[in-house]
Amino acid sequence: MTTTVAKTEEGTASPYALSHLDALESEAVHIFREVAGEFERPVILFSGGKDSILMLHLALKAFAPAAIPFSLLHVDTGHNFAEVLEYRDRVVAAHGLRLHVASVQDYIDRGVLKERPDGTRNPLQTLPLTEKIQSERFDAVFGGGRRDEEKARAKERVFSLRDEFSQWDPRRQRPELWNLYNGRHAPGEHVRVFPLSNWTELDVWQYIAREGIELPEIYFAHEREVFQRGGMWLTAGEWGGPKDGETVEKRQIRYRTVGDMSCTGAVDSDAVTLEQVIAEIAASRLTERGATRADDKLSEAAMEDRKREGYF
Amino acid sequence: MTTTTELSATTLLRFATAGSVDDGKSTLVGRLLHDSKSVLADQLEAVEHASRSRGQETPDLALLTDGLRAEREQGITIDVAYRYFATPRRRFILADTPGHVQYTRNMVTGASTAELTVILVDARNGVVEQTRRHAAIAALLRVPHVVLAVNKMDLVDYQESVFAEIAEEFTAYATELGVPEVTAIPISALAGDNVVEPSATMDWYGGPTVLEHLETVPVSHDLAHCHARLPVQYVIRPQTAEHPDYRGYAGQIAAGTFRVGDPVTVLPSGRTTKVSGIDLLGKPVDVAWTPQSVTLLLEDDIDISRGDLIVPSKDAPATTQDIEATVCHVADQPLTVGHRVLLKHGTRTVKAIVKDIPSRLTLDDLSLHPHPGQLVANDIGRLKIRTAEPLPVDSYADSRRTGSFILIDPADGTTLTAGMVGESFAAPEPVKDEADDDGWDF
Repeated sequence: MTTTVAKTEEGTASPYALSHLDALESEAVHIFREVAGEFERPVILFSGGKDSILMLHLALKAFAPAAIPFSLLHVDTGHNFAEVLEYRDRVVAAHGLRLHVASVQDYIDRGVLKERPDGTRNPLQTLPLTEKIQSERFDAVFGGGRRDEEKARAKERVFSLRDEFSQWDPRRQRPELWNLYNGRHAPGEHVRVFPLSNWTELDVWQYIAREGIELPEIYFAHEREVFQRGGMWLTAGEWGGPKDGETVEKRQIRYRTVGDMSCTGAVDSDAVTLEQVIAEIAASRLTERGATRADDKLSEAAMEDRKREGYF
Repeated sequence: MTTTTELSATTLLRFATAGSVDDGKSTLVGRLLHDSKSVLADQLEAVEHASRSRGQETPDLALLTDGLRAEREQGITIDVAYRYFATPRRRFILADTPGHVQYTRNMVTGASTAELTVILVDARNGVVEQTRRHAAIAALLRVPHVVLAVNKMDLVDYQESVFAEIAEEFTAYATELGVPEVTAIPISALAGDNVVEPSATMDWYGGPTVLEHLETVPVSHDLAHCHARLPVQYVIRPQTAEHPDYRGYAGQIAAGTFRVGDPVTVLPSGRTTKVSGIDLLGKPVDVAWTPQSVTLLLEDDIDISRGDLIVPSKDAPATTQDIEATVCHVADQPLTVGHRVLLKHGTRTVKAIVKDIPSRLTLDDLSLHPHPGQLVANDIGRLKIRTAEPLPVDSYADSRRTGSFILIDPADGTTLTAGMVGESFAAPEPVKDEADDDGWDF
C-alpha cells in the first residue's frame, strides 16, 4: 500500500520496461495458462467480489479468442448482497460459463453444520468447499488471495498444495523457483492457485480502472441502512442484525471487500467513481481487512488456523 | 501528501534481502515499510500491542514481518515471505528470506526472481563467513544488482573508516565472483540512517539511501536484447464460427524480443516457419518482449504443443540430453547418483537420471569437495544429468529463464533441486573506474 498514487517516472524506464500493472498482468496470465496446460479439472472460486471478478477478467484475456477452459465455483454463505448475486448470474450468462454452487445454507438445513451464535458464516464455508472439491474432483482451484492481505498469507505459494482433507501444511509447501511452478499432486490432493499473489489492493483497483471492468455497485458510495457492531458498519438484514441496543441509521457508505454480510463491514465514503475510490484507498491508513473484516480480527493466528483447515 | 488520480505507470522491482536476525534484517525491512508509509494504522497497532504484551517499551518493527505462529513462538522465521510496498516512483516486491540454518535454499528461492539483493552486515563484525555465503548465492543466481548495507553504524560511532574497509573487502570478494555491480551503503536500521531518510550524522557519505537506490536502479531489461525464447504453454484453438482456423501458441516470452515476420524454428522438432502475428492479450502488436505473455500466430500449420520452444531460426540453442549444471538441493531427502527424477525446464517436464555429482561446493571458502556421492538439503554442487528426451537449454549465464530447471520427485511430487545450466560463476568483471561508483574509490 502506498500513500500516493504513483505517477510516471521518467528516466528509470527503458523502452522495454513494463509498467507494474503490465508486469503483474503478464505474470497472472502465465499462471492461468500453466494450470490449463498441466491440470485436468481446474475451477475458479468466484464470489462476485472484486478479486474474483479480476481473476475472471484475466482468465478471459489469457485464452482469448477461445473460451476459458475452467468452470466457476461459488461458495454461497446464504448471506449474500443481492447486487453481488445479480452480478454473478449476469457474468456467468454473458460468457457462457458453468457455475457450481456449494451452499452453506444447505449444510445448515441438513444439520451437518450449526449456525454460530454470532451469526457469522465465513468460517462455515470450509466444509462445503472441500466436499465440493472432492465430489467434482477439481484438481486445481483458483483463489483470489493476495499475499499483502494478511501476515499468514505472506508465505503462501502461488501453487499451494492441499491434501485430501484440503489442509494446508506450511512445512509441506514447495519452494517456488524462477517461474517454474510445480503442480504435481497425488490423486485426491489438489492445488490451490493464487494468480493475484503479488497484487496489492491498490494494484487491483488501478487495473480495474485501466481495463474498465464493471463491478457490483456496493463497491461505490451509496446510502444504506447500517448499524454499528465491533467498530464496523454492518448491513441490517435477516442474518442477525441489528440486535437489541444496536440502532440502525442511514449512512453514505461503500464496501472495500465483499464477503458474508454478517462480517463484512462498510466504510464511510463518498467515492462514487473508480477514480475517487482509488484516491480514497491511496490515502487510507487502514488495510483492507483491518477495516472491514471482523472474522480476521478473532485472533492473531485466526487466518493461519483457517488456512490449515482448508479455508481459501 | 499529494494524491493524483491519474493511472500510475511505475515500474516494478523484485528484490531480496539476505542477512541474519542479529544483523538487524527484520528491523531494516520493518524500517523500509514503516518509513515509506507502507505500514498502515491497524498493522502498527497490532505490532504495538504485541510489543507491549512481550514487555517491550517501543514497538518492535521486526514484528511487522513475523508471519506464522510457530515463528512467533520460537522467535524465528521460516521460509520466504513476500512483502509489498510502493513509493510514488516504483512498486516493490520483496522476497524476505530468513538468515538462520535453513537459509541457503530460501535465499536461492528468493534470489531466483530477484533483480537486486540487499546483503546486510553488522558494522562491528564486518565481512564474515555468512556474508561470503550470501555474496556467493547472489553470484550463482546471477542477480544483476547487489547492495551491501553496512548496518549498526551507530555502534561504531558512524566512522567512515569502518564502513570503507568493509565496503572494500566485500566489493573485492564479490567482483572476484563475477558480481557485476555492488553498491555499498552505511546505515543504521534502528535509528533510521540512510534507509529511507538520509543520515544527519554521516555527512561524509554522499550516495543514495537504500530506498533511493531501490527506486532508481535500472530494472534489468538486458533480457530483451538476448536470444528470443518462447516456451509454449498452451495452444489456443477456439474452433468457433467466428474463428474457425485460429491457432495460437500461448506463452510468456522467457527472453528476448519477437517481431512479426521473424523466421522461427520450433524445438525439438526443428520445423521452421515465420511469425505471422502476435496477440498481446487480445491486442495485435508488431513486436513483443520478455516478460510479456503473448500468443504467437505462425504462417504454417506445424504440429506444436505444450512444452515446445519457439526460437529465432538464426539463434537457436542446441538440444542435448546431457546437462551439466550447478544446483542447490532444496528437499529434505538427499539426492544421490542414480536417482530417477523428473526435470522441468520451461514448460516441458521430462524423465531424467542423475548420472554424476562431480563436486559439492562449500560456500564459506568456495572450496570444492570431489564426488560427495549425494547432496543434502541446502547443499550446492555440480550435477550431470541425462534426460529421456533432448532439451533446448541455454546457459544460465545467458538466460535465467531458459537456463534454469527444477528436479521433481516422481513419487510424491516434491521439488528436489534448483538447477542452473553451465558454469557456476561469471568471470570477474574488470574493476570499474571510480567514475562509475557513487563517489567511492575502491
